[in-house]
Amino acid sequence: MKNIDSFTHTKGESVYLDDIPLTAGTLFAAVYDSPVAHGKIISLDLTEAKSSEGVIRIFTYKDIPGENQIGGIIPDEELLAEDHVHFCGMPIALVIAETPEFARAAAKKVKSEIQALHIITDPREAKEKNELIIPPRTFKCGDTNHAWKECEYIFEGRVDSNGQEHLYIETQGAYAVPQENNSIKIFSSTQGPTVVQRCCARVLGYSMNQVEVDVTRLGGGFGGKEDQANAWAALCALGTFHLKRPVKFSLDRMEDMRMTGKRHAYSSDYKIGLDHNLKIIAYEADFYQNAGAAADLSPAVLERTLFHCTNSYFIPNVRATAWSCRTNLPPNTAFRGFGGPQGMFVIESAIARAADELRISATEIQKSNLIKTGQTFPYGQKAESEALECWTKAEELYEIGNLKNEIEKYNKENYLSKKGMALMPICFGISFSKTFMNQARSLVHIYTDGSISISTGAVEMGQGVNTKILQVTAQTFSVSPDRIKISTTNTSRIANTSPSAASATADLNGKATQMACDVLLGRLLQSAAEELNVSAETINLKNELVYVNGIATDLDWKKLVMLTYLKRISLSEHAHYATPEINFDTSIEKGHPFAYHVYGTAIITVTVDCLRGIYEFDSVKVVHDSGSSMNLIVDRGQCEGGIVQGIGWMTMEELIYDKKGKLMSNALSTYKIPDVYSVPKQIQLHFLTGSKNNLAVFRSKAVGEPPLMYGIGAFFALRNAIIAFNPSARPVFSSPMTPEKALMSLYKKKVAITLKIED
Amino acid sequence: MIQFILNNTNLSTALPAGMTLLDFIRYERQLVGTKIGCREGDCGACIILVGQIKNGEIEYHSATSCLMPLGNAHGKHIVTVEGINFPGLSPVQQAMSDEGATQCGFCTPGFVVSLTGFCMQKRNKDVVSAIDGNICRCTGYKSIERATMNIVDLLKDRNENDVIEFAVRKKIIPEYFSSIKKRLTELSLKVNGSGEIDGANSSMFVGGGTDLYVQKHEEMTHSKSQYLSDVPALNSIREEDGQCILGGSVTVTDLIESPLIRKIFPHFLKYSKLVSSTPIRNMATLGGNFVNASPIGDYTVFFLALNAGIRLRDGKKTREIPLRNFYKGYKTLDKLDKEYIEEIYFSLPDDSTLFNFEKVSKRTNLDIASVNSAIKISVKAEKIIIAEISAGGVGPVPMYLKKASEFLTDKNLSEENIDLACSVAGEEISPISDARGAATYKRFLLQQLIKAHFITLFPAMRPEKFQSAYEEY
Repeated sequence: MKNIDSFTHTKGESVYLDDIPLTAGTLFAAVYDSPVAHGKIISLDLTEAKSSEGVIRIFTYKDIPGENQIGGIIPDEELLAEDHVHFCGMPIALVIAETPEFARAAAKKVKSEIQALHIITDPREAKEKNELIIPPRTFKCGDTNHAWKECEYIFEGRVDSNGQEHLYIETQGAYAVPQENNSIKIFSSTQGPTVVQRCCARVLGYSMNQVEVDVTRLGGGFGGKEDQANAWAALCALGTFHLKRPVKFSLDRMEDMRMTGKRHAYSSDYKIGLDHNLKIIAYEADFYQNAGAAADLSPAVLERTLFHCTNSYFIPNVRATAWSCRTNLPPNTAFRGFGGPQGMFVIESAIARAADELRISATEIQKSNLIKTGQTFPYGQKAESEALECWTKAEELYEIGNLKNEIEKYNKENYLSKKGMALMPICFGISFSKTFMNQARSLVHIYTDGSISISTGAVEMGQGVNTKILQVTAQTFSVSPDRIKISTTNTSRIANTSPSAASATADLNGKATQMACDVLLGRLLQSAAEELNVSAETINLKNELVYVNGIATDLDWKKLVMLTYLKRISLSEHAHYATPEINFDTSIEKGHPFAYHVYGTAIITVTVDCLRGIYEFDSVKVVHDSGSSMNLIVDRGQCEGGIVQGIGWMTMEELIYDKKGKLMSNALSTYKIPDVYSVPKQIQLHFLTGSKNNLAVFRSKAVGEPPLMYGIGAFFALRNAIIAFNPSARPVFSSPMTPEKALMSLYKKKVAITLKIED
Repeated sequence: MIQFILNNTNLSTALPAGMTLLDFIRYERQLVGTKIGCREGDCGACIILVGQIKNGEIEYHSATSCLMPLGNAHGKHIVTVEGINFPGLSPVQQAMSDEGATQCGFCTPGFVVSLTGFCMQKRNKDVVSAIDGNICRCTGYKSIERATMNIVDLLKDRNENDVIEFAVRKKIIPEYFSSIKKRLTELSLKVNGSGEIDGANSSMFVGGGTDLYVQKHEEMTHSKSQYLSDVPALNSIREEDGQCILGGSVTVTDLIESPLIRKIFPHFLKYSKLVSSTPIRNMATLGGNFVNASPIGDYTVFFLALNAGIRLRDGKKTREIPLRNFYKGYKTLDKLDKEYIEEIYFSLPDDSTLFNFEKVSKRTNLDIASVNSAIKISVKAEKIIIAEISAGGVGPVPMYLKKASEFLTDKNLSEENIDLACSVAGEEISPISDARGAATYKRFLLQQLIKAHFITLFPAMRPEKFQSAYEEY
């Protein structure tokens, strides 16, 4: 089934935040945000701004009726700065004006005197100074101290991965509309309607039932709107609270890039030990997460780095410690993969380093250490593994021997152009790592004309979750998809939602929907049985028709619905689903946190122009553990999109903050994401159905995040091509591998000798 | 009053000519299918089609409405996604839908408009180039590529002479498009009459607006600007007395489509593909690129190597200066406020002259160069008669590398001399570290691009003999 939104999408009729028809009297917001990354606010001068054309009011933290606090996990983030600013882009004052242009023009006229304080941008410096968001966490299994003695080879090193801008094409935004009785309705471009609701209630001093949040869809989220949609909604709410008029704020691109957090950059140290059979015996890692100025979701992201620090490999002795380091950058946040990719990049780097030193292909180490069913992850969960299945299937299906030969031949025949290949196995745990978040509700109404309305906590942002939920409904009732409408995500209809994140949205909300539909189906069948005077067991519904003992009756869906209504039987159901079996004990860092894991292997090949340092990806060939995919179009789209986003992270997407914490890559002209020419020429996908049972909805495994991590292979493919050109090159493990880094690695020695290093 | 046809509606407006067409469409006409993604022409979510009569034919091209001043819509047909909608889906929309080429949907109308524009092009180029100005963050483009194949299929049996009628027949565009040529002709009769350009009464000259509206779109809204894009006198490409003469408002697309330019530079399309995207090339003017004075202006670097001259006019008087003398310092020009570029001219190269353009950026396409370079070179019997090399991104202005060029002149064509020329070039540049690369990288990259010129133009060159780059191995 195609994405159910594709009709309105292609016609430009889908409604996003900035498209909502405005209520008369709507005002517009802009913020004055900190021009410096760290400092004490000495004074704030609003005089000129207040008299600027079209300005209605300017608010500061003093105008906040409730708490000046938007921190979710830890209350450490002010909505509007009080005494101190902690990052460039931190909101200080809220300007409300008659038009967005007036608001922005006035915001530029706000003046502040800020006494400069020491700026930290490097997580290692923050760790040295004990600027930590939470105490460090350590995952352990076996005994590494002991295990080093068993190792034939031990390698240590440093790995850096840069952050990543989400670059959802629709920027952040919110629109608050006053309601009667001191309540407020907020339209928000958020992945977490409840998070926005809770945050706005807290800021206004309201109870949660006074705040209704409604989300139709997002123009992309990728994690960037999980927690970071809060501030804009709260600011609009603050304006509406005081002015009793609707307030809208749709950020422009540079505001969005400047003021919002991104994927966390990490700096890490590793130590890896192998025996003579290339079995990884021991692995230690220290992760320094660049959290930015406040916690946001960093502690949870940090946790997932630890969960995935061994990627798809079984390692008997592991000690991994992660430090969430407070720096003066915008608070970093969720981004597809949620810390997992950063952890996986480190172990893949450690393996590549070992392969360099041992003069073998990294694939030899990778393949011989893939985790098998029954083996245990460092956090205690036993694997139901498809790792080796995916790997060997990829080897066979894509004829890896031939691929290798072709590349060798090409590299012999070409001097200034080299190809490189890398394999990237992935393993990603599905479920929120915070067990309590693994719950969802679905509200299903059947109307008397037979049409069906579904409300869940899922937010549609292009991942196709509404399509999958509609499929669950259509299949469970055996009715035409045309009868079903997925309603907006609204906190008044579905309360206490978990954000649409962790790849688990379709599983959680799909299962809840399935449960609600099952209950309703039971009532309908019972009603039909009574009507037809047969026992309920003999009855089933198929293609909108009631069958008795497999024989069609005259009773169709519409008649049955009306009949049931007339019998005063409820045609509505609100079901609650909580993922079974999962648990995690943070006091020992052990448990069974994930409903299941998704595995896969990608083969990535690249061609490097060794004269210019630029490159093109030839192909990405994947075997992906999909379970029994319930929607191949959607799942394929998630895989392809994730792969390209992952390659972007590893190659051209380069976040640049200067030493003063100012974002230099602050627009699409300076921060480049993949365009149509830069994506791999070929992406081949094979879905491994697998025979094992799983907890996914319809056994169709979650697909949102895992494919992004195939993109990590791009870094290593590039690295291998560079080494093919210059066998003595040892490109450092520092992503992204921009054309700059590629060229400098290709000619590293030369540059150091003939050119003065200027910085 | 600005008058144009918006979809199927003739309209006139007294709103400021400097406001962006995007704001007009979305917030004055409530046509919200056109989206805002970046307001700097990089994402394509706001792409619209611009139809105008050229040589008696109606021609459509794509444009990013975020960078297009309302004034540049005057006398034209502006098409948004709403203007190509039917009750059901058009074949372009159907292809996007069928192939799962839409996920979050925010970029989708831009893609649909670009691809519909592709179906209205006379000479169908590569279909992918029609969407090279559209960014999608969700799909990874593969499903969009599959959709484009369906669209190409749709056009396979068409007659090139009536592309609009064909598109109407195939229900790619609604029927009202058949009447647009007539309506536009009537409109142009009404709105024509541009006389002498008056520099003294304008605060600014605007060409395509593709850089001005990136740098300062708020300020542009109420600026008193003179719009040069559609001044007929500034739009010609011609050959005269051994010279190629280009009007200041000639767009990059005009250059690509010009038989004369293709004759002079057989690889012009290849170079142009490294420079911006299709919708930007449709809008950006050569004069604008020069006046913008970006140190990495791609076409500035291109024409510096050609030793082009420019003719500046202030409405009354005209003066000529070599492009190489135009740049006085960072963003400082030898130009009075009231002057605009009327013409650009360069000598037609002889048969022994070769030309090449190189550019490297973080993303190969639609990105600002880290370093770019052009060369014009004449070689006879393995001897360099004259070499002229230019480079951008290595100093405060786009540079003609005078010393390196002079060094090579009269030298034998050898790897050794090229190595030496690279060292000479290193002495005349002063790159800085910024978002496009560290200074050391830019220095090294320029050497590589100079070598790339020679390797590209002279296949007998032996790259492994270049000493400077390979002596270590």
